[in-house]
Amino acid sequence: MKFLSEYRDQKAAKQFAAAIREKVTRPWTIMEICGGQTHTIVKSGLEDLLPKDITLVHGPGCPVCVTPIELIDKAVAIAKRPDAIFCSFGDMLRVPGSSKSLYDVKAEGGDVRIVYSPLDALRLAKQNPDKQVVFFAVGFETTAPANAMAAWQADHDRVENFSLLVSHVLVPPAMEALLSSENCVVQGFLAAGHVCTVMGFDEYVPIAEKYKVPIVVTGFEPLDLLEGIHMTVSQLEEGRHEVENQYVRAVRREGNRPAQKTLMEVFEISPRQWRGLGEIPASGFQLRGRFQKYDANRRFPFSGEPARESPECISGLILQGIKKPHECGAFAVKCTPENPLGAPMVSSEGACAAYYHYGRRQNVQPELSGTARR
Amino acid sequence: MADAKTFNLSCPVPRVADDRIVLAHGGGGRLTHQLIEKIFIPAFANEALDQRHDGAVVALNGARLAFTTDSFVVRPLIFPGGNIGDLAVNGTVNDLAMCGARPLYLSAGFILEEGLEMETLRTVVTSMREAAVKANVKLVTGDTKVVDKGKGDGIFVNTSGIGIIERIPGLSKEAKPGAPQIGPAAVQPGDVVIISGDLGRHGISILSVREGLEFESPILSDCANVWPAVEALLNAGIDVHCLRDLTRGGLATTLNEIASDRYVCIKLEEALIPVDEIVQSACEILGLDPLYVANEGRFAVFVPEAQAAAAVDLLRKVEVSQGATRVGRVEWTPERTVVLQSRIGGNRVVDMLTGEQLPRIC
Repeated sequence: MKFLSEYRDQKAAKQFAAAIREKVTRPWTIMEICGGQTHTIVKSGLEDLLPKDITLVHGPGCPVCVTPIELIDKAVAIAKRPDAIFCSFGDMLRVPGSSKSLYDVKAEGGDVRIVYSPLDALRLAKQNPDKQVVFFAVGFETTAPANAMAAWQADHDRVENFSLLVSHVLVPPAMEALLSSENCVVQGFLAAGHVCTVMGFDEYVPIAEKYKVPIVVTGFEPLDLLEGIHMTVSQLEEGRHEVENQYVRAVRREGNRPAQKTLMEVFEISPRQWRGLGEIPASGFQLRGRFQKYDANRRFPFSGEPARESPECISGLILQGIKKPHECGAFAVKCTPENPLGAPMVSSEGACAAYYHYGRRQNVQPELSGTARR
Repeated sequence: MADAKTFNLSCPVPRVADDRIVLAHGGGGRLTHQLIEKIFIPAFANEALDQRHDGAVVALNGARLAFTTDSFVVRPLIFPGGNIGDLAVNGTVNDLAMCGARPLYLSAGFILEEGLEMETLRTVVTSMREAAVKANVKLVTGDTKVVDKGKGDGIFVNTSGIGIIERIPGLSKEAKPGAPQIGPAAVQPGDVVIISGDLGRHGISILSVREGLEFESPILSDCANVWPAVEALLNAGIDVHCLRDLTRGGLATTLNEIASDRYVCIKLEEALIPVDEIVQSACEILGLDPLYVANEGRFAVFVPEAQAAAAVDLLRKVEVSQGATRVGRVEWTPERTVVLQSRIGGNRVVDMLTGEQLPRIC
């Protein structure tokens, strides 16, 4: 198959792994930003191929993990309304809010639907004029253009019973926040390829320069990641700190200009609360100007109890790469995918869920130490 | 922002305990198992149920009968490659086949929703008849109920089936209580895992209709009667240890159940597991793993290493299992685990799904 099996080729993978081993002379810690990359790393057992000196830490690029609890509570409150059809991408459904998840609301009779595109939600709004159709617009720069397009289209078609509950976050401010933390352990970044497909990668140049950290725009297939790691390690070993592009088949320096134009027309940059990380200035999008009429936040004033967070969960430390999931006392004991204490235990992209499914068995079998070893 | 140097570490409290049925309780994964273990087994525990197989095997006057039941609630009712009718027949026929039993008789219970078009019911019933004829089983009893509009999804069908176990190579034909039989209990380290064909067609054919996805050529459900394949193995004297159909929850869930029940490890090689290109593409687009996608005409068979090649050859001569291939083997450790060696050569644990397989955001 074109563009799939080629990037999962064992021979090529071994060549990359050998090249990385040859390059490495000392320990390095590299963070992959995106949850999609974490997913591939775990799914392909990629860390088994890497030398022990390379530690991969999993970044905050999991939309499910960083959407703040207040917003989940708000989503739950809206979804419970009898006049609402609440639409979301699938993996947001199980994320626990203060008292329940969207899944719970669905089980209690709420009209919660999984959609693959915000435009599907817009279509639902047109088909159900007597209902309020709300789309949970979460994610990074990757999903933002489609959500912007939905608002634009709703405006164009004068659809009034449609709105977006927006929780869009941006990668570069989160990277800066991580790098400026005194606990920062990250020495090099694999930037999220799909984010850069939209935004390009010029905005990473000042970060690489300021923090003297190599940043390699990297794709999502196993070979992409191995090549990205090789490029990052090469920079680290050679004392360089540049922005390089591994994902040349999808990413241009300037990104997708028409998508950026739509983004800027519909959204403006705003401060955002990150679950596990706290508020980061200028780190998200909110609807601007005439599109604010599609803001579910304004349409459905929410006056619930203040959100309650579990004191036991250390997802903040995990999202910064400071602690590993199995170093958490609640991990696999009180916190499991069935009963997650924190969002990283929910999504298949979340570091804790990935460790739960893979790493927790390392006590049983040392040869399966892959992820957990590091 | 909170000062960058002192991140405000926050995290959610636990969700409420499961006090209601959620969809995942029917998804075949961990929650389904909890339901069975906590509600059903304690209520009904008996020797036949304790086999934890696709059907129960009971002894009756010297004969060994397999008995099974299954309910079908698929949406859409008619999908590429089949409909709820042939699904209901083949599903139960296959459950009997997985006990090593020749399917004989079926019952059918219909729950129809007020307003259902008669033409749809005719289509479904015609398919059931055709599937029954093909499988050489008779539909000998049935029941119909109609529920108010909005209280059903067009048609729900339940089928139960009875089959007879005629021969199990290497095992006693006599119906003694506790006599060895085909099932998870016979799986042992050294066994080879063979699957009867490529994975994921049924689940993806259904999803492609639900989600309005179009592919270069439509993905047809693999819905089929697999008894001819099982019969070929048994007639040839293959020492079949276990048979399992790869329905809800797919290959991954089935193998996890067996690994968990038998305290063994099942090691798979990703490169050996056949998945059609279009199915694989659809899975990539939807963010699904074909290992967990449902099949309706595929099964896994556990045989001793010495007979694995012969078993694959036999299966490939039967139409329904012409794509048969070995995909892994059973080992002692790490116990209760399914491990997959990925295409690039890394290892990962293939766990049981917690809930339904949910599409990812990006």
